[in-house]
Amino acid sequence: MPETIEQHAAYDSKIEGNIIFTKTDAAINWVRKNSLWPMPMGLACCAIELMASGASRFDIARFGAEVMRFSPRQSDVMIVAGTVTYKMALAVKRVWDQMPEPKWCIAMGACASSGGMYRSYAVLQGIDHLIPVDVYISGCPPRPEAVLEGLMRLQEKISKEESSVAHFQTEKAV
Amino acid sequence: MTSILTILGERFGAAILDTVEFRGEQTVIVEQAKAREIIKYCRDELGFDYLIDVSSLDHLGVEPRWELVYELYALGNGAHHHLRIKYKLPEDSKAESVSEIWPTAAWHEREIYDMMGIEFTGLADHRRILMWEGYPYFPLRKDFPLAGRPSEMPDVAFTDRAPLAGGPFVTSPTSASTVHREPRSREMD
Repeated sequence: MPETIEQHAAYDSKIEGNIIFTKTDAAINWVRKNSLWPMPMGLACCAIELMASGASRFDIARFGAEVMRFSPRQSDVMIVAGTVTYKMALAVKRVWDQMPEPKWCIAMGACASSGGMYRSYAVLQGIDHLIPVDVYISGCPPRPEAVLEGLMRLQEKISKEESSVAHFQTEKAV
Repeated sequence: MTSILTILGERFGAAILDTVEFRGEQTVIVEQAKAREIIKYCRDELGFDYLIDVSSLDHLGVEPRWELVYELYALGNGAHHHLRIKYKLPEDSKAESVSEIWPTAAWHEREIYDMMGIEFTGLADHRRILMWEGYPYFPLRKDFPLAGRPSEMPDVAFTDRAPLAGGPFVTSPTSASTVHREPRSREMD
């Protein structure tokens, strides 16, 4: 269970009205985690399950992530869904570099996490050789429920970040 | 009703090295020199209008090393005949392209070039199709290890050896006895 970061002062709606007290970290993290716009790097079969989790039955819109922006400039989280071949690997890296901070990566499925069943000359053995991955979702392909669980784990991870420190630092350590 | 195999045998005589019929599947093994002519004859005269596939085999350790296999099919008028034409090719010689006969053969032959390194005369677009231009190896040859080899092309792509970890059981690529070829955990390099 994630620790509750919000610490409310005594709140009487007749007195304070629409004012709440919270920490900057909590507010920034809450905003970021509930509006994670994915960059769907759908490379193979996992993309179908990603589409399924975006459709109505499993509804990724509940988490604010239905906005599948295919432009990296407008997205927060890159979901690498599928086998990363060496031929495609540098293109994935280039798209990742174009995403603005703050950005996260979800490696969806066995192939993106570790090369999957493809121990071969043409497959990169996991996208974490090239970009930093925050959440690994296992499965071949993972069920949409597993994708949503991975998204929720990412939300928990984001809620623990020290966003205000990074924001107000003059020099950002990469 | 004369069989396709007898028709070919009468027409080409000595160029037909062998014919095989197994459970309705017909295979013709031909000489390399006459192969393209025989294939063209099959399309023009015998009505095999559909080229299903062109594939290649690597018999490492045996001369001639390569073998090319053409799968032909007769679609029209409910004919539904399937014919396989094979011929062997020595290692450093080039095969003749059939892309003038069937345009679809161009991509099949590009794949054969990419994976096996067999070159084709008469192939207009003689590039790699699956791996990138400049990739130094031919991956489906028998002497190429299953895990791959490291290579680097800056800004284009790179490859690395995949960790097999005592991995899949593979057979030894020779035509020696079955004892020799028994699949076991091998790390080739």
